[in-house]
Amino acid sequence: MLLIECPWCGERAETEFSYGGEAGITRPADPGALSDAEWADYLFNRSNTRGAHRELWNHAQGCRRWFGVERDTVTYRISGSFRLSGASDNREA
Amino acid sequence: MRKYSAFSLVRNALSHNRKWREAWRSPDPKPEYDVIIVGGGGHGLATAYYLATEHGVRNVAVLEKGWIGGGNTGRNTTIVRSNYLWTEASLLYEKSMQLWEGLSQDLNYNVMFSQRGVYNLGHTLQDMRDIERRVNANRLNGIDAEVVSAEQIGKAIPFINTSPDARYPILGASLQRRAGVARHDAVAWGFARAADARGVDIIEQCEVTGINRDGGKVTGVETTRGVIKAPRIGVVVAGNASVLAAMAGLRLPIESHPLQAFVSEPLKPVIDTVIMSNAVHGYISQSDKGELVIGAGIDAYNGYGQRGSFQTIEHTMQAIIELFPVLSRVRMLRQWGGIVDVCPDACPIISKTPVGGLFFNCGWGTGGFKATPGSGWAFAHTIAEDRPHELNAPFDLERFTTGALIDEHGAAAVAH
Repeated sequence: MLLIECPWCGERAETEFSYGGEAGITRPADPGALSDAEWADYLFNRSNTRGAHRELWNHAQGCRRWFGVERDTVTYRISGSFRLSGASDNREA
Repeated sequence: MRKYSAFSLVRNALSHNRKWREAWRSPDPKPEYDVIIVGGGGHGLATAYYLATEHGVRNVAVLEKGWIGGGNTGRNTTIVRSNYLWTEASLLYEKSMQLWEGLSQDLNYNVMFSQRGVYNLGHTLQDMRDIERRVNANRLNGIDAEVVSAEQIGKAIPFINTSPDARYPILGASLQRRAGVARHDAVAWGFARAADARGVDIIEQCEVTGINRDGGKVTGVETTRGVIKAPRIGVVVAGNASVLAAMAGLRLPIESHPLQAFVSEPLKPVIDTVIMSNAVHGYISQSDKGELVIGAGIDAYNGYGQRGSFQTIEHTMQAIIELFPVLSRVRMLRQWGGIVDVCPDACPIISKTPVGGLFFNCGWGTGGFKATPGSGWAFAHTIAEDRPHELNAPFDLERFTTGALIDEHGAAAVAH
């Protein structure tokens, strides 16, 4: 089981969290201006990185806030957590 | 290929089993092939086999970074069924089922395909409505399916808990009698041996590290055993599809997750069918050696580590004990993880790509084993003809752009 550090609550067991997938995916400002292929890329395609992966987690059983984690997807080792900017792009604050 | 038969058993017994030949050769890679298949799992080997037998393409190499059957082919729970909801999916899996039914004879290799039936349990009124809908959809597509009551389940599976007082009482199930299990290792070995006998080079310990292109077309691959050229490359690498796609500058609608499975200590025969439950989320069968073979859901996070978290193990065991209280003191012998490539619609991609001569077969998620022969059959057609067969045309990569998804998430008789 992963030990995940919530930026607000500290280290907690993985069962307190829910997973939110790849971080840093920006919702297009004007979806109507995109081609079908660009919209599909935003909606469905993922980097699915093998190695260092920046991803979203939600402290569902705690403070219920979203934050980011950098984790290696092969070793599962977590190198750190980060707060989000609050903007729609889910990037690091 | 020396044919296996009762006679060959006797002949080799008389020579103290010292004269059995290797099942397939271990050739060095040639500089160039007509087709390279990347990935020596069941699907890749089946693709090579059907390229040789159905399309006469025999100058084929299968490149495997580890050993044959060491990836997901040897890591699954061996269930074979074709009771999917949507017509596109059910026809593809049913093609596979029909190939399974003659596979041991085709390959001259006993894959131990056992049509012992698969029950998909319903625990709520909505489960039962979904089951009736799916059973009717299957029958309209010519696939055997029936709805059975809790009473029938109790008679057929004596140790299952059909008490109405259960936390999640069993109300009924769908039953596909032609479904069952096969021996996964034998499937890999059988396809490898049969493909090798038809001239396919199976090259183990050969990892692809790059896909060479020129003018929008593939020219070959870089490997740990040197450059190998080919005008057509089929990539079928469950658990690493996104990594290989990135080598050709492509992005896929796939995320990789660990999926864990378990076998127990061997028991006397206790379960003679396959039982799957969507609601409590576990599935179980018993191998010919007596081990209970158990699986459940994926770990939520992206992972390539071939292992998962302990709470997933705990959740799986809770589901099995809920269904079979009699198994509460059975000890687990082994536990392992495989990496499954999950598509947004829980259906595979068997497709051409924007790169000329490059084909991908991926995204089978948690249920690829059952499709092994059908997947290889359809992929071989796609590579040989440079266009999909009508059975796999709906599983094009383009569907994520057009929006024509085939939504088997939750519809396909099991949660994903």
